Amino acid sequence: MTTSPLDDLADQTQQLLSNIAALATIDDLRENEAAITGRRSVLSTLQKSLGVLAPEDRKDAGARLQEARRVVEGALEDRRQELRALARVEVLAHDRLDLGDVVVSAVQWPASVGHPNLVAITQRELEDVFVAMGFTVAEGPEVESDWYNFEALNIPPAHPARGMWDTFYVDLGEPETVVLRTHTSPTQIHLMEAAVAENALPIHSVMPGRCYRRDTPDPRHLATFHQIEGLVIDRGIAFADLAGVIETFTRAYFGPDIESRLRPGYFPFTEPSAEFEVTCTICRGEGCRTCSHTGWIELGGCGVVDPAVLAAVGIDSDEWSGFAFGFGIDRCAQMRHEIADMRALIENDVRFLEQFS
Amino acid sequence: MKISLSWLREFVDLPESTEELREILDDLGLVVEGTEHVGEGLVDVVVARIDEIRAIEGADRVRLVVVDANDGPLEVVCGAMNISVGDHVPLAPVGAVLPGNFEIARRTMRGVTSNGMLCSATELRLGDDHSGLMLLDNLIDPVVGMSLLEALDITPDVVFDITVEGNRPDAWSVMGVARDLATRLGRPLAQPNLAHPTTTERTDSYASAGIDDPDLCGRLTVSVLRQVKVGPSPAWVAARLQSAGQRPISNVVDASNLVMLELGQPTHPYDAAHVAKQTLRARRARAGETLETLDGVQRPLAQSGRGLGDTGEDCVIVDGDDTVLGLAGIMGGASSEISPTTTDVLLEAAYFDPMSVARSSKRHGLRSEASTRFERGVDPELALRAAARFVAILAESCPELEWLAEPLDVRGETPASPTIAVFERDIERLLGVSIGLDEATRLLRGLNFDVTSDGDGLQVVPPTSRPDVRSGVAGRADVIEEVARLYGYRRIPRRTPTWSEPGGLTPRQKLRRRVRDVLVDLGAIECWTPTLGSDAEFDLLHRGVARVRITNPLASDESVLRATLLTSLVRTWARNYERGNGDIVVAEIGNVFAHPSVAGSPRFTRGGEGGSFELALPEESERVTVVLGRPRDDATTSVALWVTLAQRLGLDDVVVRTCDQPPKGLHPTRCASLVDRASGAVLGYVGEVDSDLVEAVLSASAPRRLGVLDIDFDALCDRAKATRRSEFASVPSKYPSAVVDLSFVTPRSLHAQDLAKALRGASAVVESVELFDVYEGSTLPEGTRSLAYSVRFSSSERTLSEAEVALARNELITAATSLGATLR
Repeated sequence: MTTSPLDDLADQTQQLLSNIAALATIDDLRENEAAITGRRSVLSTLQKSLGVLAPEDRKDAGARLQEARRVVEGALEDRRQELRALARVEVLAHDRLDLGDVVVSAVQWPASVGHPNLVAITQRELEDVFVAMGFTVAEGPEVESDWYNFEALNIPPAHPARGMWDTFYVDLGEPETVVLRTHTSPTQIHLMEAAVAENALPIHSVMPGRCYRRDTPDPRHLATFHQIEGLVIDRGIAFADLAGVIETFTRAYFGPDIESRLRPGYFPFTEPSAEFEVTCTICRGEGCRTCSHTGWIELGGCGVVDPAVLAAVGIDSDEWSGFAFGFGIDRCAQMRHEIADMRALIENDVRFLEQFS
Repeated sequence: MKISLSWLREFVDLPESTEELREILDDLGLVVEGTEHVGEGLVDVVVARIDEIRAIEGADRVRLVVVDANDGPLEVVCGAMNISVGDHVPLAPVGAVLPGNFEIARRTMRGVTSNGMLCSATELRLGDDHSGLMLLDNLIDPVVGMSLLEALDITPDVVFDITVEGNRPDAWSVMGVARDLATRLGRPLAQPNLAHPTTTERTDSYASAGIDDPDLCGRLTVSVLRQVKVGPSPAWVAARLQSAGQRPISNVVDASNLVMLELGQPTHPYDAAHVAKQTLRARRARAGETLETLDGVQRPLAQSGRGLGDTGEDCVIVDGDDTVLGLAGIMGGASSEISPTTTDVLLEAAYFDPMSVARSSKRHGLRSEASTRFERGVDPELALRAAARFVAILAESCPELEWLAEPLDVRGETPASPTIAVFERDIERLLGVSIGLDEATRLLRGLNFDVTSDGDGLQVVPPTSRPDVRSGVAGRADVIEEVARLYGYRRIPRRTPTWSEPGGLTPRQKLRRRVRDVLVDLGAIECWTPTLGSDAEFDLLHRGVARVRITNPLASDESVLRATLLTSLVRTWARNYERGNGDIVVAEIGNVFAHPSVAGSPRFTRGGEGGSFELALPEESERVTVVLGRPRDDATTSVALWVTLAQRLGLDDVVVRTCDQPPKGLHPTRCASLVDRASGAVLGYVGEVDSDLVEAVLSASAPRRLGVLDIDFDALCDRAKATRRSEFASVPSKYPSAVVDLSFVTPRSLHAQDLAKALRGASAVVESVELFDVYEGSTLPEGTRSLAYSVRFSSSERTLSEAEVALARNELITAATSLGATLR
């Protein structure tokens, strides 16, 4: 039997393992790591010495060495985790602070200037305008069933009108039955259902909230955005009332020299439906690039609540009628501050956020 | 939809300016997204003949061309190689201004002067061929010197890009838009030329047609055309298609497209030679059948449906051997396509069930001009009219064309037209304005509604082109919308409704505003971080936890609904820190989501078709999270922030209590729960961010301590959980108060806040108790620390005597002793 460079491998491995076990701190380990598994380690030296073996023996020896390296590296990794955990325990013990003992009057509070978020500011202003007009504010969930987001709004399953909304589906239940709401309109349904159940009509509410559309973000669109929706259900409400409310809101929010106008549009949940436009806030109606030289900017959609929607929630359309409208909160913010790229809204760069108060 | 003004003018007289028309169209709900001027910049371009082509010394890319434009020989330098002597090409002389405001000037190259430019189709915006000059001999019989516009019979034109809403299938054609305009403007509407069968030979002697499934196919008409010569379309057809943004292909295909654009009826021409037994039938596809569509894709048919309402059905057209030829109303198959050798054509003009087309189109991810029209609803009575128009157009390029008599016309199920009663008061009630019945009748009749007067009301039957008009109450709204639209929304007066119910915010909304205001006042910058994140991000704090996943995310790192605001706020801080702006406090108020399988209280809601069953949806909870990242921030500044906030929110008694099992992401030994003492509810956590989380987010070791405050906003809004201070307000005593400092050695297990509370309650004359020092050290017994309080005594009746103060002091010491504290 010839001598092989690996004759002592078992002992050498054992020695390495006990060296590893003896490492006491994570710093220790970092210092000794190279000597145990690095290029100058015993294992690496043995690797180089395999060259002297006959080719037929080399394969077997290589495998044995490989196995030894696996064991040693495994042990080193385990030890690293142990030592890291120990170090963490030590740090945590050292850090321990009973927060019930904090003497608040002795805490030095660093000075910094805060800023509310632009979307929140805009939402609040919009809410305030509507509250002053006699509206309450209601909220609804962001994950909705197909019923609330579509069907109760007179958009039946598989209906081509669904193409108007690029929908994110939530992986719950049967495929494509739960969605991230594509608009705030489902909150209308919740509100009407609750009002019917509690016999609490009329409704005069606005509903702000976060919505989602599967639309690649660009300077004018975000996949996550905020809308505010309005709903009035009362006796004797007509299209003329909608036009009046839109006009009052427009002047209150944008200023006395900004006007609104309605033009025919289509939404499955309103009939008649309209798009509402306001005087371009950039050029004040003179015509500019922003408004494609029309002097008007499209802000949102609105209309008289469709009888099918009232039927879906069990409201008697002989007694009650109403209107609904909706538009983008972020869009209002973008218009007012002439923000070139909407994506700045979700970047959360302090240099952007600091501009709003 | 692109529609040229000249095309509209064929059907209605429109002397208005482009701007006026744009206004009118907008007001009709036919929104003009843009206008394009065709033929602009071609006024100066003329037809020129090439008389000589010479090489220029030292130039191999350009040559000198001598042309004649009826004005004597003219030398022009030209780079195109597709020309020979005798060709006729467009010449833009010096001074001409081409489309794009490109002015032609006299130029000198390599010692040769160029007196103008010979143009390609692209340069003139007359086509997309930019491989060489536009060779006029292929198109017309050119006359040298003639204006190009005249030569090509181009009238400068305006193309409107119009968006037609989903409820106006009737308006999705030139005729439909013209009809709206004619009605609004009170002008007559002209009709297009229609052909008549040219022979007495009956269609059924040549072809047959059938409908196996009348629910999917409401009408199938088949015309037979013979002596077809496939070739290019007449120039006006090509020009019309180009104005609509379509490419001319061949006279047969072009005629089909033109009819669709003009009348709104898609038709499909088949090469009769490749249709077995010259038979077309409509039926449901069977499982296992496949079709290679014109786009070259093999498509399995009758697959199982996806999503609510998808039955998985496909309606197909088959031939006499029952072989599938096409996906009905969506796209034809390759096998029976029109080819240059086609001589006999079967022309299909049909009505397919809109929902069936919509489902198939969505499932196959296949949309075509035809499918988008069918799914909105094509007029079922339009089919044969469209065929007659098709023949009239095709006949111009195939003079020998034969159209066999009595085209096949098989009927399935089509929607019945409702009869809707409309009274004047209905109009007034819905619109808030009175529109006379005579006016309403005129407007509706303009759109082909059948209107009869019935005493004080109208009986209205919508035309078959208006499948969007429903029956009953909903139908009444549909009809009145049409009246309002044609009458003009802008003429409807504005009315401001009033009601007696007050507006306002809910307590929750007020509290949210208050929290935001206080945080901002205290120096926090409010952020809006993404609701959707990656699995890896979710795993940082919730490894192994069920998550709410999006089935069709835009990107894989936006596929999971967040369960915490902490991770993304730390990320926000880290991003700003990396940019050198890390000395900030960031805060967010937002929703987090819990999968119904792990939610404390999943939300049950109506779901399924018709909202007919109960569905468990994710729990959505609102949290307020603050990350404090300024250089001196740590757990103590976080506590100070909380105490200030709690005071400002009027919380009565919420204690900061070290928690043994801090939530993941918080520093395990620097975290406390915020416990409402009266209710026992946990309102949130305060402490530091776990440095492991900071490291994971930053991919570097944590550069500083980050404080954190994480509030359960739902609990904060719940008065049963977050106890508010009583609204009773006491008037401070006018007598001086006595201040006594008390220092106790207490076991570590005794909470400083509990001792303070005990001190406050120990005597009636305690005005306030304030912790001012905590001392730990070797001089104190193991497991204890010293808590020092500043106590103020006062009475509303008199100045307290020394004896009374001493008595009260003793009462406080007794109370403290009973909790295990000893006076130091």
